[in-house]
Amino acid sequence: MTTTSTHETEITADADVPLVRIIREFDAPPAKVFRAHTDPELVVQWLGPRRHEMRIDHYDCRTGGSYRYLHVSDGNEFGFHGCFHEVRSPELIIQTFTFEGFPDGVALERLVLEDLGDGRTRLTATSLVDSFEGRDAFIASGMEDGVRESYERLDAVLAR
Amino acid sequence: MAADPLSLVFSALADPTRRDMVARLAVGDATVNELAAPYHVTVQAVSKHLKVLEDAGLVSRSREAQRRPVHLEAKVFDLMTKWIERYRRQAEERYRRLDDLLRTMPEAIEPTPTPKTGAQT
Repeated sequence: MTTTSTHETEITADADVPLVRIIREFDAPPAKVFRAHTDPELVVQWLGPRRHEMRIDHYDCRTGGSYRYLHVSDGNEFGFHGCFHEVRSPELIIQTFTFEGFPDGVALERLVLEDLGDGRTRLTATSLVDSFEGRDAFIASGMEDGVRESYERLDAVLAR
Repeated sequence: MAADPLSLVFSALADPTRRDMVARLAVGDATVNELAAPYHVTVQAVSKHLKVLEDAGLVSRSREAQRRPVHLEAKVFDLMTKWIERYRRQAEERYRRLDDLLRTMPEAIEPTPTPKTGAQT
């Protein structure tokens, strides 16, 4: 139960609504996966892009709470913030998400954890934004986060 | 050299700085100075990159000389379908870190941390 290679991330960008959906399975029960999303000391260990420092301003993951964090790279700071609309242990987190470089844009994010039994969990994360342009900008900003660390990968994609 | 639009687009995007600029422009229009700011390169170098992106039809600029903002052309978003793959790989990277973290966590852990005393900022 320690291999991760079989749990490839699945991602779809819906053609009809401006939505991105990520599906991923984990070899851990929902309680652990949920904790890794709610405890800022754990969140900081995996959420940020690898080569950016992730700095948490505050992370109050409960219904009605809010968060703000920064990705810091080469002296540039990229801020993100939002509100936790609904947090239900250990299965659901609904939150808003704004990239501060594009402050009028907001995504509505839903994280669902399904207990698959045998200590396994299926995570489904959807991001709904307010326009296709916003969705594509959202994808682009995600790309920007990793652009310095993943050139070779884009090269591989473009080379196809 | 191949002059078909797609080849121009791909060769324009073969350069990491130009890809970075495109990613920035996807968030919103920007002036040359704004584009040059984060890269530690000269405005001239950025202008050169912009020329390549312009020739490929990826960006456009209004006529007014100095402050004219650079605009990302919508058709670049056709390329997003390919770039989504890259986004997926980033999510995968993130979740592999989560895999590693989950392995180090104690078996019997509460799903939510005990709230700390004292106010959050």
